[in-house]
Parts: sequence; C-alpha cells; structure tokens
Amino acid sequence: MAANAPIIDLKGIDVTFKEADRTVRAVKNVDLEVAKGDIYGIVGYSGAGKSTLVRVINQLQRQTSGKVTVSGQNMGALKGKALRQARTKIGMIFQHFNLMNERTIGDNVMFPLLLGSKLSRHDKQAKVDELLDLVGLSEKKNDYPAQLSGGQKQRVAIARALANDPEILISDEATSALDPKTTSSILDLLKNLNEKLGLTVVLITHEMQAVKSICNKVAVMQSGEIVERGDLLTIFSKPTQQLTKEFIETSSQIDAALANVVAQPSIQHLQANERLVVLSYAGASTDDPLIAQLYEQFKVTPNILFGNVEILQNTPVGNLGLVLSGEGDAVDKALAYVKEQGVTVRQISVAEYQAELARKAAEADTNDEGEA
Amino acid sequence: MTTILATDFWTSIMPNVVANKDVFIQSTWETIYMTLVSGIIAGILGIIIGIALVVTAPGGILANRTTYWILDKLVNIFRSIPFIILLAVIAPFTRLLVGTSIGTTAALVPLTIGTAPFYARQVQNALVDVDRGIIEAAEAVGASPMQIIFRVYLREALPDLIRTSVVTVISLIGLTAMAGAIGGGGLGNTAISIGYDRFENDITIMAMIIILAIVFIIQILGDLWARKTDHR
Repeated sequence: MAANAPIIDLKGIDVTFKEADRTVRAVKNVDLEVAKGDIYGIVGYSGAGKSTLVRVINQLQRQTSGKVTVSGQNMGALKGKALRQARTKIGMIFQHFNLMNERTIGDNVMFPLLLGSKLSRHDKQAKVDELLDLVGLSEKKNDYPAQLSGGQKQRVAIARALANDPEILISDEATSALDPKTTSSILDLLKNLNEKLGLTVVLITHEMQAVKSICNKVAVMQSGEIVERGDLLTIFSKPTQQLTKEFIETSSQIDAALANVVAQPSIQHLQANERLVVLSYAGASTDDPLIAQLYEQFKVTPNILFGNVEILQNTPVGNLGLVLSGEGDAVDKALAYVKEQGVTVRQISVAEYQAELARKAAEADTNDEGEA
Repeated sequence: MTTILATDFWTSIMPNVVANKDVFIQSTWETIYMTLVSGIIAGILGIIIGIALVVTAPGGILANRTTYWILDKLVNIFRSIPFIILLAVIAPFTRLLVGTSIGTTAALVPLTIGTAPFYARQVQNALVDVDRGIIEAAEAVGASPMQIIFRVYLREALPDLIRTSVVTVISLIGLTAMAGAIGGGGLGNTAISIGYDRFENDITIMAMIIILAIVFIIQILGDLWARKTDHR
C-alpha cells in the first residue's frame, strides 16, 4: 500500500436486500475514500443507507458489488479466520452500546482479548485496566452495565472497541441516544483518541452538530447515495445540495433567526433601495474589513440584524443578516463586490420568504397528522 | 413433638403409607432417577437443538434454511405427540436402544424424546432474546460462531436458561408419573396402581405430597440461582 493511499477505500459499492416481494437497493454505487487520521462524518436521515454502508467496511454486511479495501486488504475476498482477524483492526461502537449485560465492565472490555489474543493473562488484565483508565472508568471495573449511565456505557463500548488496538473506529450513531452534554463528552473522547492514537474515525450520525464539532470531512447521504462530500469547511460554507443546507440549518439556526426578522414590520416594509441579505463566509475572507468597505466604496449603509460565527477546524465560519440601503444601483454593485471577496450572498425577498415559511409550516402540520 | 414423630400417630392417619414405606422409598428413587437421567440427556439434546435452531434461523450467525426447516418441523412433530401415545409408539425403538421396552430404564427413552423438543423450544426462546446488537458487537470484534455461541449466547441467556430448565424439569416430573404405563414405576405409578386402584387414598395423597415437595425444592433453588446470575 502506498504511503498516502486511503486507509478505507470503497469503490462502486452496491448493497441490495432481497425481500419476499421486492428488492431494496440500500446503497447505490458509492465511492468513499477515508485517509488515515481522518474523522469522517457521514450524515443523513434514517433510512439513507449510512449504517449499511459502514457495515460494509468491516463486512458485517457483504456488498452486492464493488470493492472494499481496508489498510490495503481486499475485504471482500476474506473469509472465516482471515476476515475475523481483519475485523479486530476495525473497532465499532453502536447507538445502543451493545454491552453484554451478564458480564462486568472489566469483562466486557476483556471480551475481545479472549478470542485468540496472544497476550498473557496478566498482560490482558493490564490492557483492560489501561483502557478503562483511558475512558475514565477505572473505578467501575467490577460493576455491571445495568448500573451505568448511557454515557458511561458508551465509554465502556469504546474501551472494548479499542481492545485489539484497531486503526479504525466506526461509530454508528454512537451519540444519538445520549443527552447533549454526554454527547459532547463522548465526541471529545473520540477526538482525543484520534489525536492521541492516530485513530481513523468514521462517524455516522443524523446530528450535524456532532459532525461540526469533531469531523474534518463529511459526506451527506440520501437514498443510498452520497449526494455531497468534502472537507468540513467547504461543506459548511458552500453547501450545494438542498439536503446539505437543511442539515447545516439544523445546527446553525440561521433560518430561525430569519423567520424572526421577516416577522418584524420594519422589515416587511423595506424601501425600494433597501435589500435583505444573508452573507456567509469562511476563513480568509473574514479578514478584510468588508462591512466598512461597503460604506466607504459604495456609500451603502449596512444595518446588522443578526449574526453568528463558529470555529470549524480552527477556521471561523460566519453568517450575517443585513439590511443594505444605498442610492441607485449602489447596493447591487456592493453585492457584486462582496461576492468577489469569496463571500456567499443570499438575497431574500420578504414576501417570498414568508410564503415559503407558511408552506413549510403547512407541510409540517400534515406530517404530524400523518404520524398521529 | 413425641406424638408427631410416633409411629402410632402416622399409623392412625396414614395406615397404608406406613405399611408400604419401602414402596414409597423405592418409587421416590425411581422418580428421581428417571427425572435426573432423562433430564440430563434431554437437556444436552435440547440445548444442542435449541442452539442449532437459533444460529441456522434466517438472519442467524450460521443461517441455513434447510437445516432450520428440518429441525423446526421435527421439534413441532415430537412436541405434538401426546406422551402416553409416544410411550407406546416408540417401544420398538426403545427395545433397540436399551434391550427392553418395559421397566424404569426403558422409560428413560420416551421421557428423553418427550422432553428434548420441548426444552429445545425453550432454549431457542431464551437465546433469541439475546439482543441482536450484542451478537453484532461480538462479530465486529472478530468472534467466531463457536465463540459467539459459548461466550455470548449461552452466557447472556444464562438466567433465562436456568428458569426454562426449571420449567422443563417440573414438566418432566409430570411425565414420569405416566411411566407406570410401561412398568417404569415411580411415584405416579404408586399413586394410581396402589393408592387409586385399591382405594387406599392416603397412598395417593402421600405420593402427591412427595412430588409437590420435589417440585417446590427445584423451583426455589432454580429461582435463587437464576436471580444470582441475573445482572440485567
């Protein structure tokens, strides 16, 4: 394997389930490359095929067609003992932890070491202690899973997944059953393991917040396909797909702020020379004194309505809601200039936006009724 | 105290029991012998068949449609045959196996065949209750099918297995009462062929009391053990 070859390389993966009366194509011709040291987020709604796709990596799910290469090994060709050996190098954690209820915490972590590890009994115990220490649960060694909280259970599951010193950790909705505070502590732990052990992490989730806080790359999945992918910053600052925008919105609340703004009378009755816009920017483009330039160069007055800045991958990503007012075509010229600076401009027509909101609300209502 | 322990007292309320003390001691042993031996053999068979049903079922770790179908149907058929008929029907097979078709040892064969499928179903139900996610987690760390069976399925289902074993043993004791039909002896036989047929009601009642005592002891010990192993 070449030094810079991806640690996980999926090529043209298709997974089809045959049921009695129909066939379901859960994953459709997906290519995915994960580099060593990545924390790769895969987001999508439930049923998008995320879990099926990641199970192809350790072959818990065999692909119908396509090629799976992990650490240079062609996984599809492995069977029996060779496959089980390869799996020991791919840790996995789950939404519902999947700990063994009748074994203590220590024995749960010990479990992978009982399956053919060549360590001595003493070394195995030492390894278990070291792992429990790593996840901060040393004092729970002799407790049973039923005595632990969800976050603690997931920590045990992480320790178990790391018992065989894997190079890859697959996280299948591992934080979805946890509260926000516990979620962020588990995510911090994953990030920490990534940095400390050089662990490559593949993280599936439906929460963009989780992706935002630790991933460096992200793929968005819908109906078995990856509809958009890239590094975190690009996806967040310049999403191209509607679904991606939806996911980003769930974590940034820009639309919620906009909905508030358009409800205000002063915004509903904008003058002809006034314009409601949202500027989105990432990284270097935020260094220039853009707002000051608007007035100095174009005599355009910006009225700031709301704004937020987040730090993703040590780079600021911001959104700014403004009303711009200026003489003649000054506003248009100013916006053209802003676009040249690498800032994404979204012009909003208040009437259209309100109609859009009303339509969405009606949709949500019918959905609720459908569920009830 | 002295009056309760005195032979006079027992002779006055259960005259026939006292007269037939040796019969009771022997038939109690016969019941225990039949329960124990057929219980152990049926237990082993039932666990093997139960495991086989779970792992070969669709979606199981060794899914195999044909094996599952055959086992499933066999279990259903043998569970459906009334025990008293089974005793008679398999008599030739019993003779082939133990050399005779009457007597306590001969009763072991139908008792085993009558119990194993019942127990297999109970084992299957206990194992199926092990969370699929736990099995998947074991597969993900590289456990082999044998390791999953012994270190995950049987271990995780242990409290349920103990409980279902108790149910099975108790129903097996019930079956031993019918073994008298082929000369198997035991407490059931004593209750009917001595107590009932000769109108010696105290014998019937005493046989019942001893069987109840055995059942209660097994139930209590089983419950204690199951509770001790259960950490859910």
